[in-house]
Amino acid sequence: MSLKLEHVSYIYGSDTELPVHALQDICLEIPDGQFIGLIGHTGSGKSTLVQHLNGLIEPTEGLITYDGRNIWEKDFPKKELRSNVGLVFQYPEHQLFEVDVFSDVCFGPKNLGLPKEEVEARAKRALELVGFPEEYYKQSPFELSGGQKRRVAIAGVLAMQPKILVLDEPTAGLDPRGRDEILGQIAHLKKETGISVVLVSHSMEDVANYVERIIVMNKGHVLFDDVPREVFGHVKELEEVGLAAPQVTYILHKLKDNGFDVDVNATTIREARDTILKAMKEEGRC
Amino acid sequence: MQQDETGGYGVRTGNGAAMNIIETSHLSYDYIRRDEEGNVEGTTRAVSDVSLSVKPGDFIAILGHNGSGKSTLAKHINALLLPTEGTIVVDGKDTGREENIWDVRQSAGMVFQNPDNQIIGQVVEEDVGFGPENMGVPTKEIWERVEESLKAVGMYAYRKHSPNKLSGGQKQRVSIAGVLAMHPKCIVLDEPTAMLDPNGRKDVIRAARALNDVEGVTVILITHYMEEVIYADHVFVMDEGKVVLQGTPKEVFSQVERLKELRLDVPQVTLLAYELRRSGLPLPDGILTADELTEELKKCR
Repeated sequence: MSLKLEHVSYIYGSDTELPVHALQDICLEIPDGQFIGLIGHTGSGKSTLVQHLNGLIEPTEGLITYDGRNIWEKDFPKKELRSNVGLVFQYPEHQLFEVDVFSDVCFGPKNLGLPKEEVEARAKRALELVGFPEEYYKQSPFELSGGQKRRVAIAGVLAMQPKILVLDEPTAGLDPRGRDEILGQIAHLKKETGISVVLVSHSMEDVANYVERIIVMNKGHVLFDDVPREVFGHVKELEEVGLAAPQVTYILHKLKDNGFDVDVNATTIREARDTILKAMKEEGRC
Repeated sequence: MQQDETGGYGVRTGNGAAMNIIETSHLSYDYIRRDEEGNVEGTTRAVSDVSLSVKPGDFIAILGHNGSGKSTLAKHINALLLPTEGTIVVDGKDTGREENIWDVRQSAGMVFQNPDNQIIGQVVEEDVGFGPENMGVPTKEIWERVEESLKAVGMYAYRKHSPNKLSGGQKQRVSIAGVLAMHPKCIVLDEPTAMLDPNGRKDVIRAARALNDVEGVTVILITHYMEEVIYADHVFVMDEGKVVLQGTPKEVFSQVERLKELRLDVPQVTLLAYELRRSGLPLPDGILTADELTEELKKCR
């Protein structure tokens, strides 16, 4: 059940004097059960790409298939696609509206016309998956903290039981613990349900810590599409397009320049610690 | 750590009250909850008995988890909120006295999180000129101020641009220039980088540091990014409306465990050094930069 983009291009304002090529010749595949990071500076085409994934925007050129079928075919079941590919926008808590948490999460599956028991079972499961405590189910969503609101909003999309979950900066504005909790919860639910997750993020550290594959966008193109180690090996190129490597990578480069035999491709604190300890040990001085 | 012995947290030692640009004394603030008819249902104490002071020209950072009261405290600095109890004096003026409000707002400018909510002009230079124009500054001087402010944040080349074509980081720098053009003594930045990409974040912080270094403007930075804090002169950490930890970045970030309890973090390099130390390397507390870590590791050799 993979989602595939073949030579997809998108032009904003193609009928105007100033057409903008937001996406150019994008080819990529999102298979089952992968944790993918999508990075790129503001205006690189990330959001346009994300909106193609569940058919919110029709590509100007190219083909998008889900499970082998062109999603822009006349009789393609769009509604099904939109439950299969769940999109969580930035600041999703702004879209909460129901009187209590539970009703808010029920809203999506209810609209699918499912029986009441099924709707409630799904809502309950979704709230469990994001780690939302049951005693607050009947609370107004507007009285919750920022992090809790965001969980409810994510649960609302999970209740649709998507196969692919796309999150646009799910941790923006949260404090560090809130950020770790949300990302930990997402990693957990990915493991639990086997769905694919696409994480759009400005934080190289978060991406390095959680994902197994990184897609780097620049000027509407895919610049890199590889495992984190490989992608963050291109420090120069990333900086040229307004991005960066995780901070530990810079630290390791500095150590290497100072004669420490460390692996500069480590991208997380743990990997960095291990390679430094190893280098110190091999020198026999520690 | 500098805590006074009277049990309250916070008055930094060594300054006379008259020297301070900001001085709060037992400041508390209650949000009032009302029901649908507007009757008072109860109150929530967002800031609780905060006494602190800031010296002119300092770069101050305020950390704290969501809901810790840091934004509420910040809004007192330019009299957007007035204390329920206690006082705050900004540049010698008590914000609680109505006749002082305009002076206070001129002394202390504020930049908020969302760049799209604070730009009003059609052209960058018009937007920056809005503040001084409202203050009744003569036209010729307005243009001088616009020029110097835009130069200070590195946005002078964009003066004829339309703000809505700028990136988030550029918009934030225009917002900062807009405040700067009012010649404040103090500028409060409330999570100015929360919605920006890494480059935009770097540029905004660089602009804030330049204001502080070159122009001598007192900067109060509220942020969730620990890396933005390491150059601050003094850090206040808030929890449940109180200042619970303060000191230099080195002092504060030495307390990795305590910060974690407060739902916060330390910079990545500090965390790495902490992990290395736990694995047995003899490293000191509170390493803040890659250079420091390199030097310390050399000593371990």
